[in-house]
Amino acid sequence: MAKIKGAVIIDTERCKGCEVCVVTCPTQTLALAVEVNGKGYHYSYAAFPETCIGCANCAVVCPDGVITVYKLKVE
Amino acid sequence: MTEVKAKDIVKPENLAYKKSKILTDNVMHYCPGCGHGTVHRVLAEVIEEEDLQSKTVGISPVGCSVLMYNYLDIDIQEAAHGRAPALATAVKRLLPDRFVFTYQGDGDLAAIGTAETIHTCNRGENILMIFINNGIYGMTGGQMAPTTLIGMKSSTSPYGRDVATMGSPIKMADIVALLPGTCYVTRQSVNTAAGVRKLKKALKKAVEYQRDKRGTCFIEIVSNCPSGWKMTPVESNKWMEENMFPFYPLGDIKVPKDS
Repeated sequence: MAKIKGAVIIDTERCKGCEVCVVTCPTQTLALAVEVNGKGYHYSYAAFPETCIGCANCAVVCPDGVITVYKLKVE
Repeated sequence: MTEVKAKDIVKPENLAYKKSKILTDNVMHYCPGCGHGTVHRVLAEVIEEEDLQSKTVGISPVGCSVLMYNYLDIDIQEAAHGRAPALATAVKRLLPDRFVFTYQGDGDLAAIGTAETIHTCNRGENILMIFINNGIYGMTGGQMAPTTLIGMKSSTSPYGRDVATMGSPIKMADIVALLPGTCYVTRQSVNTAAGVRKLKKALKKAVEYQRDKRGTCFIEIVSNCPSGWKMTPVESNKWMEENMFPFYPLGDIKVPKDS
């Protein structure tokens, strides 16, 4: 059965750590990092990248447009 | 099934979502979680998809979004406080082939600019008005706005908005829907992915109606203000769903009869 695998690329320097993407993710792929970025925000990152389905919900709700989503159909 | 590595997925041909090029790479000055950023991004996507970058004139208000020209790579003119619809009228009449929109907050559109808003909608100018309603004056420190909910605390109503002395909140979208000049009036939100996708559809409809010279389009976006409401972004979205949406119900208020 074909399965969709996704990957997210997050511009962590521009991320403000608002956590909206973390709450929106249907597969709990994203989480806020313990470390902070140059501005002092706990940036969002893909904590469980293997669960990503490439639905792009995180990128659609991101107020700062820092998330880019890729997806691939795996046979 | 073979194991797929991230580097196999991250290729240009597998791109599922990327922010529009019209949204510049400048870091937005908005607070974390603010709905303004989301609306800017959706607007940029619609302008790019409709191929309107060189034909758009935006009118930015006074408020948090006053620096909108830093983030959108289109022509933007700044208006005096509340006077964005008047300026948009002038731009549209002088350059009728342009896509003209105003982008205003509730302090701008519903308080100081009420007269301009109502008369522009009544004349049915062919413009799009985007109204960000977060129930508070965000930029100046969270003072009470005309759209503040009954009982809602703000820095100038610390015991909650009292109807006897401060009046009731004003529903601008419902008011302008009664005027004959408006063609499309809708209320949307940007707190969920579904809401953002609906907003994008509404913006595309507004572009189409403006192209067909149908009258004023008015899109109200119920948004959050985490700093003004003194909540985290996630809490503010939840609060908005529980308190703002019952008073400001989402959905189309007025649609053209033939659609």
